[in-house]
Amino acid sequence: MEETKYMNPYIAGVLLGLLLLATIYITGRGLGASGAIKSGTIAVVQSIAPEHTQKAKFYREYSQEHQGSPLMNWLVFEVVGVVIGAFLSGLVSNRLALKFEKGPRTTTKIRIAGALIGGILWGIGSQLGRGCTSGAALSGLAVMSTGGIITMFAIFAGAYMFAYFFRKMWI
Amino acid sequence: MGPLVPDIVSPNLNYIVALIIGIFFGAILEQAGFSTSKKLVGLFYGYDFTVLRVFFTAGLVAMVGLLAFDHYGLIDMSLVYINPTFLWSAIIGGLIMGLGFVIGGFCPGTSVCAAAIGKIDAMIFIIGAFIGVLIFAEGYPLFEGLYKAANLGNPQIFQTLGISQGLFAFIMVIIALFAFYITNIIENKVNKIDQPAIKTTPYFTSVLVIGVILGFMSFGFSDRKADLLKLIEDKNYVMSAFGEHNCTDTTNSSAMICPDEFALCLLKIEECNRMQIFDFRSPEERKALPLPKSTPMTLDDLFAKEPNKLLTILHRENIFVANDELTERKMAIIATKLGYKRIKILKGGLEGFKKEILEYKPIDNPQTIAERDRNKFRLYAQTKIPEILKKYKPAENTKSDKPKRVLGGC
Repeated sequence: MEETKYMNPYIAGVLLGLLLLATIYITGRGLGASGAIKSGTIAVVQSIAPEHTQKAKFYREYSQEHQGSPLMNWLVFEVVGVVIGAFLSGLVSNRLALKFEKGPRTTTKIRIAGALIGGILWGIGSQLGRGCTSGAALSGLAVMSTGGIITMFAIFAGAYMFAYFFRKMWI
Repeated sequence: MGPLVPDIVSPNLNYIVALIIGIFFGAILEQAGFSTSKKLVGLFYGYDFTVLRVFFTAGLVAMVGLLAFDHYGLIDMSLVYINPTFLWSAIIGGLIMGLGFVIGGFCPGTSVCAAAIGKIDAMIFIIGAFIGVLIFAEGYPLFEGLYKAANLGNPQIFQTLGISQGLFAFIMVIIALFAFYITNIIENKVNKIDQPAIKTTPYFTSVLVIGVILGFMSFGFSDRKADLLKLIEDKNYVMSAFGEHNCTDTTNSSAMICPDEFALCLLKIEECNRMQIFDFRSPEERKALPLPKSTPMTLDDLFAKEPNKLLTILHRENIFVANDELTERKMAIIATKLGYKRIKILKGGLEGFKKEILEYKPIDNPQTIAERDRNKFRLYAQTKIPEILKKYKPAENTKSDKPKRVLGGC
């Protein structure tokens, strides 16, 4: 069967905007993603090296701010929802398939390295910037946070700044 | 009044809410096409601007929606998480993420979406993101200086720029419409499609209509607080808007209570449940002359969620007191405009109360019964009220904990 076409971006935008508005109205906070990865990382380190997490400053500061298991976290539940929602959407639109995507002129090895390094950079950058495209840029824009909007511009400025050097990976 | 957490939606139910919101979030992102890196990076190479369209539209719909919610008093913005501003970490963190975007082809939210429908490159990206957080955590002593530098608090952009929030929203809508137009031209050029950038198809008309609506709405939803503060600057209006009471006849139907009535309430403070006193004085002034069973209030509290529960208790008169009657009137006008009922003010303010009751000079040779009664009552109140005030003094310092903002962000 043929894949269905993607939704009109403006309609998708309005829907996403209304969802974000509802999220802020109900919970007093916006959407997010990288926070769940942070919680996941901390949970893994806690179970592997509990002594280490009691000593190292990053984990101590985290457990001062958060009580209970790091996985009992709003964003962790939300991201589990994202997995379910995206899966269902893919199912409905015939897009479920194990697939490895890369640019037309690049090798599999380079794409694997790129995905891994890109992920690492996001891991570091989202901690430093206190949020990613969802938590800092999008939610920050909605609540007109100065910091969130600065992060948003920095993300897009950075991407355009470096895009030229990595063009062979994509076009 | 929102946010609904933690009063209407309990913290445990909130996890279920998170799951449901996540399902919608994931489904919308996937339907928009955010589950493939090729579409995402198209933004940076000019062949596909879907990300820009979805992102900007969503941000502005939510932004203008929040302005509307705030305008109609549906949400207490002081409880909403405003991302903090740490200038340098925001810029450098953002640039690192931008670099990660063009190398990795995803951002965290979209990588989860893509992985959910089976994209292997997205799964590798997520592993990388875990490693990245681990590097940050283990190298935290190295990053900490930068991470915590230039803490500017939680400012909102219109405060930083010194403009109204409506104007900022309007500027953003204009920028977005302009960006949508330009990117259409670029996209067509890069993809070598020979088409005009704007056509009269439903697609383009809908964008324009939404844009125009958003643009005008952002001006309609003026900052309610700023409007009300402007209103009470007009002294003539303030003095005329809240009725008058001469305190000589006994049938008091106006929105004022007289010093004698107030004294009576204080004398029988244990039984005086029909009245609630809201004290608008400064903490020092409250300490000097504490009022028993009163709730300390400020102008800002009137707009907040927590203190307002008290104002809406049925069958109670809410007595606003301050040192002077003018302040009482101003606060009462704002409270009335915000929709609170049964607001009364103390005639003459507490200064007047002090002069009329606590420092009352009896009328020499009272002629009428009224004058004699007044002498009798006020002299009694004069000796009794200070005793009552003394008895209640320790209770004054128990100001309830302010509700905390929820923790948010990533």
